[in-house]
Amino acid sequence: MAVNADPDRSPAGALEPVGVRDEATPLDATAPAAPDSSVVSLDAYVRAYVARVRSGDSGLLPVVCGLVLISVIFQVSNSHFLGVANLVNWLQQASLYMVMAMGIVFVLLLGEIDLSAGYVGLVGGAIAAEMLSGTHPWPLGLVIPIALLTTAAIGFGQGLLITRLGLPAFVVTLAGLLGWEGVLLLILGTGGTVPINDKYFTDIATGYFTNLTLSWVIVGALVVIAAFVLWRRDNRRRSSGLVAPPVALTVMKIVAIAVAGTALVLLVNANRSILKVAPIRGMPWFVLEVMGLLLIWTLFLGRTRPGRYIYAIGGNKEAARRAGVSTKWIRTMGFTICSVNAGAAGMLIAGQSGGMATSIDGGQLVLYSIAAAVIGGTSLFGGRGKAIHGVLGGLVIAGIVNGMALTGLSAQLQYVITGLVLLVAVTIDAVSHRRADTTV
Amino acid sequence: MSDSDAIDAVGEDGDTDRRGRPVPTGVPLLELRKLSKHFGAVEALTEVDLQVHAGVVTALVGDNGAGKSVTLKTIAGIHPPDGGLILWEGRPVHIRAPKDAASLGIETVYQDLALCNNLDIVQNMFLGRERSRGIFMDEDSMETAAVETLKSLRTTTVKSVRQTVASLSGGQRQAVAVAKAVMWNSKLVIMDEPTAALGVAQTAMVLAMTRRLAERGLAVIFVSHNFNDVFEVADQIAVLYLGRLVASIPAAHLDRQMVVDLVTTGTTTRAIATSTNQIGA
Repeated sequence: MAVNADPDRSPAGALEPVGVRDEATPLDATAPAAPDSSVVSLDAYVRAYVARVRSGDSGLLPVVCGLVLISVIFQVSNSHFLGVANLVNWLQQASLYMVMAMGIVFVLLLGEIDLSAGYVGLVGGAIAAEMLSGTHPWPLGLVIPIALLTTAAIGFGQGLLITRLGLPAFVVTLAGLLGWEGVLLLILGTGGTVPINDKYFTDIATGYFTNLTLSWVIVGALVVIAAFVLWRRDNRRRSSGLVAPPVALTVMKIVAIAVAGTALVLLVNANRSILKVAPIRGMPWFVLEVMGLLLIWTLFLGRTRPGRYIYAIGGNKEAARRAGVSTKWIRTMGFTICSVNAGAAGMLIAGQSGGMATSIDGGQLVLYSIAAAVIGGTSLFGGRGKAIHGVLGGLVIAGIVNGMALTGLSAQLQYVITGLVLLVAVTIDAVSHRRADTTV
Repeated sequence: MSDSDAIDAVGEDGDTDRRGRPVPTGVPLLELRKLSKHFGAVEALTEVDLQVHAGVVTALVGDNGAGKSVTLKTIAGIHPPDGGLILWEGRPVHIRAPKDAASLGIETVYQDLALCNNLDIVQNMFLGRERSRGIFMDEDSMETAAVETLKSLRTTTVKSVRQTVASLSGGQRQAVAVAKAVMWNSKLVIMDEPTAALGVAQTAMVLAMTRRLAERGLAVIFVSHNFNDVFEVADQIAVLYLGRLVASIPAAHLDRQMVVDLVTTGTTTRAIATSTNQIGA
C-alpha cells in the first residue's frame, strides 16, 4: 500500500522539489524552516526569560529574592544588621562558605555529593598550621601549596574509589567525613589547638589594603575589563548573526556591574571599626580572593572542554561516554577540585581564627556549604549550576547564621531554621527539575 | 571540518527505479560478507550478507530478536564480529571500537538519542569534539557550523540553537541527533528506530530528513518496526529472520504483505515483481 504513497518525490540530486513537499507537511507549515539566529529584541528577551523561569529554569531569581528577604527580616529585628561593620563581617563569614560551596558545585554538577569536604578542608588548614608552628616554621610559599596539594590528593583518592571501584560517592565521602575528622584530631594532638602566629598567613583571611584609592583602582579596573569583554563579545555575536542579547541588555549588564562595584568600594572604604579612635577602612584581601576563584571556576566551567564535560556527565552520563568523554577522569577531577576548594576554605578558617582547633565543626561546615550551593541555584540532580551559585548561596547561609546570632536566637532555633531554609531550596530545585523534564 | 565534504552526488546518470529513486550501482559503501556473531551458544547473526550503497536508504527490518540490534552494533564497533568480513568502500576493515567506526565515517543515531538535556543544541552537536582556540572553546565558530548543518537539513523548527535540548519536542531532538551525526564528514548514518516515540507530524519530519540525507549522498541504514515508515522512506529493504538475512530487495519490488511474510516466516510465497531480487538463505 505505502509503495506509492509518495509519487512526487524527486530523483536524487535535485534538492528543490523536496522543499516544496515539505511545505505541505503540517509541521513545517506552522514554524519557520530554519533556526532564526539573530539578535532578539529586549521585549522578546524578557518574555523568553519569563518563559524560562516558568518552565523551571529560574536561575538567580530565588537566591536574589532570598537575599532581599534576609536583609529585610534581620534589619527589622536588629538595625545593626545592614550597618557597615556587620556587612563586612557578614562577607567575611560568608567567604568560607563561598569558597567551599564553589567546590561543592562541581560535585553537584556531576550528580554526586561530597560530605567529606568540611573535614578535608580542616585537615588542609591543620597541616598549614602545623608547618607554620614550632621553632622552625616552613616558608609560607611552601606551606600553602603543600596544604592545597594534600587536599587535592585526598579528593583525587576518594574520586578514584568512587569512579574506578564504582562505590557510591555518598558512602565514600561519609567515610571521609568520619575518617578525616579522626585525622584532624591526630594532627592537632592532645592540646586540641595549634595557633598560627605568622602574620602573612592570617592576612589571607583578615588582611586589607589600607590605601583607599587602591580599592577604587582595583575595582575600577575589574569593572572596565568586564565591561570591555562583555561589550566586545556581544557586539561580535550580533554582527556575525549569532544568538545574541539586544544592545540594551548588554548595557544593562555593564551598568549593573558598575553599580555593584561602586557599592562594594563604598562599603569597604567606609569605617567598619566599632571604635571611633581606630578606624578600619580598605579592601579586604579575602574579597579579591573569592572574586579570583569565582573568575577561575566560571571560566573553567563555561569556556573549557573539561568544564563542558562536567555538565554533560551531569546531564546524561551515557551520552557523554558515547561522545568519547572519559567520564571516570572527569568525575575524579570534579572530586579533586571540590577538595582543593575545601582546602582553600580551610586556609581561610585557619587565618580567620588564628590557628586550627578541634572545636571547629567540619560536619556543619560541609552541610552549610552544600546548602549554600543548592540555595544558590545548583541542582542536586546534576547538570545545572554555576560557580556564582556557590558565592550567592554562601552569602545567604552566612546571612542567616549572622542575622540569627545578631538577633540572639538560640542555637537550637538556628539549626531548625537553617534546616528549613535548606528544605525550601531543595523543594524549589526538585519542583523546577520536574517541570524542566516534563517540558516537551 | 566542512560538512559539505560528505556530500557526494549520487545517481546523476539518471539511473532510477520506477519510483524515481536511484538504483544502487558500483562498489557498495559498506558490505557485510558472511558476518557471524554469537554470544556464548546463541547464534545472534549467521553469515549475514548485506550491501549498503551511498545515496540509498536501506531499511533493516525483522522481528524482535532477529538480529537488527546486533547488526547495528557490529557495524558501529560495539560488538566486533566473530566471523566474516566487513568491507568499506571495497576494502576489508576491522571495526573494533566505536571510534574506529567514527573514523571511517559511520555515525549512529541511537534510539535514546544520547543527548544531554541540560546542554543547548550547539553544545550537544559538538559534544566530545569541541573546537578550541587556546584553552577556551570557540563558541562562535561552533554555533555557525551548527546553524549551517541544521539549515542544510531544512527540517528543523527550532527558534534558537542556544536553547537547551530539554525545551525541544521529540522530533526536534531527533533532528538535533541526526544533525550531530552528519556534521562529521560521515558517509553512513545508522538510525535506530528514529520514529518509535514520535507523533504523526514529527514522524513525517524525520522521514523527510532521512530522505534528505540520502539525497545528499549519504548511505542510511534505517531500522524500524513500522512498515509504513519503512515503505515511505526506504529504497532497499533488508529482512532479518532469526539471525539470517533472508532478503535484500528494492522497496519498489515489495509490498507490505511480502515484508510481513518475510519478517514472520523468513519466506514469502507471493510473486516477486522483478528478477533483480536476491532472496537468499
